[in-house]
Amino acid sequence: MARGGIREKLRRSSLYTLANIRTKPSYRKEEAASEELSGYPRVIFVNQQTVSDDTPPPIFCTNYVSTTKYTLFNFLPIALFEQFNRVANFYFLVAAGLTFTDYAPFDWPSQVVPLALVVGFSLAKELYEDLQRHWQDMTANCQKATVHVGNGVFESKQWRDVCVGDIVKVKKDEFFPADLLLLQSSYEDGMSYVETMNLDGETNLKVKRALQNMSLPVVADDDKAVHFSDFRPTIRCENPNSNLYTFTGNLEYNGHIHPLDPAQLLLRDSKLRNTEYIYGVVVFTGNDTKVMQNTTQSPSKRSKIELQMDKIIYLLFGLLIFISIVSASGFGYVVRNLVPLWWYLMPEVPGEDFDINNFFVSGLRHLVTALMLYGYLVPISLYVSIEAVKILQARFINNDLHLYDEVTGVPANARTSNLNEQLGQVDTILSDKTGTLTCNQMDFLKCSIAGCPYGKRPSEVELAAAKQLKALDTHDEEASIGSLSDTTSLEAITITDDGNANKSQAIKGFSFQDDRLQNAKWLKEPNADVILLFFRILAVCHTAIPEISEKTGELTYEAESPDEGAFLVAAREFGFHFIKRTQNSVVVRERLSMDQEPVEKEYNILTLLDFTSKRKRMSVIIRDESGQILMFCKGADTIIFDRLADTGKQYLEATTKNLNDYGEAGLRTLALAYKKLEENEYSDWYEKFHKAQIASGSNREELLEELSDVMERGLTLVGATAVEDKLQKGVPECIDRLALAGLKIWVLTGDKMETAINIGFSCSLLRQGMTQICIVVSAEMLAEAAKHVIKENILSQITTAIQTIEDKKETRAAFALIIDGKTLTYALEDDMKFQFLNLAVNCASVICCRVSPKQKALVVRLVKEGTGRTTLGIGDGANDVGMIKEADIGIGISGVEGMQAVMASDFSIAQFRFLERLLIVHGHWCYKRISKMICYFFYKNITLALTLFYFEAETGFSGQMHYDDWYMLLYNVFLTSCPVLALGVLEKDICAEFCLQFPALYQQGPKNLFFDWYRIIGWLANGVYASFVIYIVNLRIFSPESFRKEGQTADMYVIGTAMFTSIIWVVNVQIFLVSHYLTQVQLHTIWGSIVVWYLIVYIYGMTPVDWSAGNIYHQLPEVLGPAYKFYLSTIFVTILCNMPYLIHISYQRCYNPEDHHVLQEMKNMKKDVTDTKMWKREQVKATQDTEIGLSARVDAKMRLMKGRTTRKYSSLAYSSS
Amino acid sequence: MEKKNKNSKKPTYSKFSQQELPAWKPILSPGWVIATFLTIGAVFIPIGLLALAASDSVVEIIDRYDDGCVPDDFSKNAQSFIQNPNTKKTCIRTLKVPKKMVAPIFVYYELENFYQNHRRYVKSRSDKQLRDPDDEDETKSCYPEANTADDKPIVPCGLIAWSLFNDTYKLSTKNKAITIDKKGIAWKSDIKAKFGSDVYPKNFQKGKLIGGAKLDEKKPLSEQEDLIVWMRTAALPRFRKLYGKINTDIEAHETIKVEVENNYNTYKFSGRKKLVLSTTTWIGGKNDFVGVVYVSLGAICIFMAVNFILLYVFRPRRLGDPSYLSWNRNPIG
Repeated sequence: MARGGIREKLRRSSLYTLANIRTKPSYRKEEAASEELSGYPRVIFVNQQTVSDDTPPPIFCTNYVSTTKYTLFNFLPIALFEQFNRVANFYFLVAAGLTFTDYAPFDWPSQVVPLALVVGFSLAKELYEDLQRHWQDMTANCQKATVHVGNGVFESKQWRDVCVGDIVKVKKDEFFPADLLLLQSSYEDGMSYVETMNLDGETNLKVKRALQNMSLPVVADDDKAVHFSDFRPTIRCENPNSNLYTFTGNLEYNGHIHPLDPAQLLLRDSKLRNTEYIYGVVVFTGNDTKVMQNTTQSPSKRSKIELQMDKIIYLLFGLLIFISIVSASGFGYVVRNLVPLWWYLMPEVPGEDFDINNFFVSGLRHLVTALMLYGYLVPISLYVSIEAVKILQARFINNDLHLYDEVTGVPANARTSNLNEQLGQVDTILSDKTGTLTCNQMDFLKCSIAGCPYGKRPSEVELAAAKQLKALDTHDEEASIGSLSDTTSLEAITITDDGNANKSQAIKGFSFQDDRLQNAKWLKEPNADVILLFFRILAVCHTAIPEISEKTGELTYEAESPDEGAFLVAAREFGFHFIKRTQNSVVVRERLSMDQEPVEKEYNILTLLDFTSKRKRMSVIIRDESGQILMFCKGADTIIFDRLADTGKQYLEATTKNLNDYGEAGLRTLALAYKKLEENEYSDWYEKFHKAQIASGSNREELLEELSDVMERGLTLVGATAVEDKLQKGVPECIDRLALAGLKIWVLTGDKMETAINIGFSCSLLRQGMTQICIVVSAEMLAEAAKHVIKENILSQITTAIQTIEDKKETRAAFALIIDGKTLTYALEDDMKFQFLNLAVNCASVICCRVSPKQKALVVRLVKEGTGRTTLGIGDGANDVGMIKEADIGIGISGVEGMQAVMASDFSIAQFRFLERLLIVHGHWCYKRISKMICYFFYKNITLALTLFYFEAETGFSGQMHYDDWYMLLYNVFLTSCPVLALGVLEKDICAEFCLQFPALYQQGPKNLFFDWYRIIGWLANGVYASFVIYIVNLRIFSPESFRKEGQTADMYVIGTAMFTSIIWVVNVQIFLVSHYLTQVQLHTIWGSIVVWYLIVYIYGMTPVDWSAGNIYHQLPEVLGPAYKFYLSTIFVTILCNMPYLIHISYQRCYNPEDHHVLQEMKNMKKDVTDTKMWKREQVKATQDTEIGLSARVDAKMRLMKGRTTRKYSSLAYSSS
Repeated sequence: MEKKNKNSKKPTYSKFSQQELPAWKPILSPGWVIATFLTIGAVFIPIGLLALAASDSVVEIIDRYDDGCVPDDFSKNAQSFIQNPNTKKTCIRTLKVPKKMVAPIFVYYELENFYQNHRRYVKSRSDKQLRDPDDEDETKSCYPEANTADDKPIVPCGLIAWSLFNDTYKLSTKNKAITIDKKGIAWKSDIKAKFGSDVYPKNFQKGKLIGGAKLDEKKPLSEQEDLIVWMRTAALPRFRKLYGKINTDIEAHETIKVEVENNYNTYKFSGRKKLVLSTTTWIGGKNDFVGVVYVSLGAICIFMAVNFILLYVFRPRRLGDPSYLSWNRNPIG
């Protein structure tokens, strides 16, 4: 369920301060009772290791958790099955099996050894990964828990030995070993605080409460809790399920039945905080726990390139079958018509190979042989090589220092290496907001008190815009003429910022800087009394709990929302320390001047009116020490402004102006107001209010609402706050670069629409001058109208919007689509989703707010399937898991928040800003590497396999090879594998800086310029050509006359070796030509492969004649070595085979260069240093047209300024004349 | 230097892990292209010309005799002639020597349409048996010519040996016989390692003569060089094998009389038989192909170089010219 959901529930049920105000609605019990009658399926006898014989203990699973994919016994069968599920591997398995029969054209090692290597490698990898999971599990399973063993004695047990029904004691900052039902805590009222970061990624504490009416004696904090010795209730509850936020059941004890709800359930993997200890009953263990029920195997994703590669493999299989059929029919024909005449074969003796009386069967049998023989068309080592390359690529990602976050100390982590190259093809990024774009940390930045703006530090948006403008100015004089005057002010901001940049991280949540207010100087301001009030409101009007750090004695606050935390920190910094909260009072230590001692003031809280998303405000009614009753109120500006008294509007105009400025600067604003109350006024009201509170019935909430509304009127405006939802470092820049690289960015957030829009502004997804299209259905309509009416309404909104966009297409207008979750529910339905998608695709930025995790996933699916483009989902919390799993690439932010998103992701990075480098540099490289590598792989295998086919035609299609078996064996696994691995790992077309400087290069990936069919077919054709040249030229050079001065003629294996030498040279020179970035590694592997080939032939030939099967015994030194023709043929074939490619690339580079070619040349000529002006200009041009991001924003601003200055000039001209 | 924390997950810096290895980044600039093509052309044409010259200096005489050596009355049914043990198989051929042939002159027989590369044929041998007299029972791989009817192992077994070529040639000029040296025609390693000096033919060609030659059971296999040469199966159905060497020069315009004993049955599968006398040079026998292809590839390269020069002169592209960047050629947006 949504994050909002649990907040809502928490707020309702059990906030410490509100506990006494709200009683649980009475109908809950009735409901629970009726459920009890129907019976809960799970019955737990608490604290009873031995149960009477007539009721056998229910068998629950143990608390042993295993996330491994395999067990010791099923590893081999399952892993092997998965391996041979790949069509190519299965084919090779069958082929390997057949090599033991007479069908095989070669000996068994040449098939079995490569297969064993390939499969063995993959198995080893699987095994390694699974072992890692196993060790992780073991550490979890072996953690210690304190478990009740009877008579109040607690003993330490391993987690895996914890059973359902056990009573467990958990101390502060420990994790819960299983899902527990809270019985008792160190607090009197059974309260406990829980951090659920591992579950849902939220860092704020949740409150859990033990059953209220069940009296258990409180005990001191020792390891004996005697009262548990005969505490034997029975729990009946629902079956294990994956829903984190629901739990129903009841507990029967001493004849009473207590209903249970989620507030009592402590979930495994969450942590006890702020509470000394708790006692709980184990309800769900092991795989039954909510967290385990929520872990699903992430679907194995495959990249588009791999999918396309599969198609090529099928194509090659097609070719394989085709030439096998040609071969088989040829064989059949030869057997029928020619072989009877070939007496030297003893054709009259039927054999396993053929039978002249049955040419058809002979042909069929030969088909099997041929299928094996030409199996070299399908590169057996392709999968495994790609896997190896990708693992190494992933290591580069993991080890990239530019992706390492110094602050959190987390490096990037490629969790799956399957998708490296997909990173280079992303089209749409779907991002979570909180924790991904923003830190979910509010910084008090500015405020407006009594209409006077305070706070000098610029917001990030202002800063970024200033920087951008400045950068632009330095190389774009043209533009700067007009904007000089306007930029100076912004530059000033930049400069002031540089001065105190080192101080900026000093206080978390507080970035305010203004000497007028700080250090108690505010007392000298003209409106000091208003300012005082303002600070008081900040310090009193909230629901937070103070927490004193034991080490430093510093105050920190556990607030429900980060905004409140920021306010309290601000108040503290201004000298208003909120230090204590009791049931009905708040204590603030106020320091009114520098030389005075701070005074503690207690404010009695009379009533607290909650914040809800509907009310958009909260108020406290307090009595201060002088007995004065005051109401403090804070809320959304529009709401507060509506409720001001006529006398309270003194600062309205000025404040409104300030608020507009803050909004533009991307800040979140709240207005603060107060009201003085007379004693009787309050008591009259409270009487009604209290009546409504204790009343039961369906209209209770409404009544309370109404009464609150009555009270919160006639306010006096004090001021407004502006907090910055702190963006993660570098987010605006990163978004800008990504936008310039042509990526589309959608934001999917669970936040309110206003917040989402604010953030949209601050990270430049939205800007002034953009037409915002909001697709919203009003709450009334949702509540009342029939579904089809709502849908029609939405549809009409969508069509109008599309129409608007169509109309304004020429005017370069930018559009932003903002849609909320409820509307999205309808928009995502089948009959409407494509219209919605059509609209969304036409908008520059899309923001979906109030979306549930499931909707996030649905939106991703819609984009993925609707546009067919590559999507990337990025998020940090548990609510993003669906999205991350659904997207083509899921990225988890491994920052401060929980691990759920990271566990589900394919890549994890510490900060959003690393996405830029991950995509534009690593993605780009990996895409090019893998596509080059795959093309080359197919090329080299076709080159080899087709020479076999041509030779077949010369042997009466009998299946004879002219190569030694060992050559074939070594070809794929050894002789040609290293250079291509080196290429796949190390190749670079452009260095990292250039990738980043020229974002347009990234588009080569999404456009798939390097792995399109044109290119693939080109490579296949190159392979066919090379094989043909190699075959024909070698035969013509070596046969039939003598090939050396000593007069001997060449036999089959001599020609075979010569031909194979040519192949080795051709494919290695080819990869040399393919590479652009030749490190020592590549050069050594390329030359090494060639040298090793000669060594192998030499050494193999020198082994005893039994081993070399005689065919190449002493061949190199005695037969081929002294023959000049051997070298002539190799050189000639090598050059001729690579000639077309050489001509192609020469021509292409000279007259049709691609971007990376030109950039390589520029780099080579050091133009980036010598001609910086041109260099900068090209960088600017190398961008996609974009409507979002800083650049677009600056563009828009420039247009505006230009317009303004021309107007200014013209008016000047006018006045002077 | 900051101290490395052991628990730090910070990746360690190395040029390799940061992908900053120094590298050679060749750029195929027009200069390089032209130079490459010119170089290839400049190297290949002379090599090709040398090869052509060498090939030209080879004197080669080829005489196809399979038709001519069948008496006219058997011409309709050459097979019955060849399979009849009573027919006279010798026939006389005369060869004209066009140029002086300098020793060593190599004598080859050339067969066409004979599939020594057929899989059944290639497989049908036993290398073990050829090497070692103790392994004479290793005839399994020799199918279908493994054992005699009474199940005794045949040495050497297999189809290859069984179908040994058995035409013989006697050469003479002006009634003076030319000796053909039958020694040293096989590879030394074959003689030394693959054919045993203590392995003697056994039960070989005992039945009715269907296949090829008989072997002298007194001579060990290592001395039966004809067999050794024959056992190296040829790659193509048209092949030449060394028959012997002539160690005396033959003057130009001499007439060589060849007495062919026409035993080998190529008639059944309409194969051709040729006698070849050839000298050799450094590239081996007469082969114009090498020279021709080298010269033509060289010429093509020169042609390409000229083309690139012309393109470079008339449509030059400055290296690193930003106007060729895609966004300048067809501006985005």
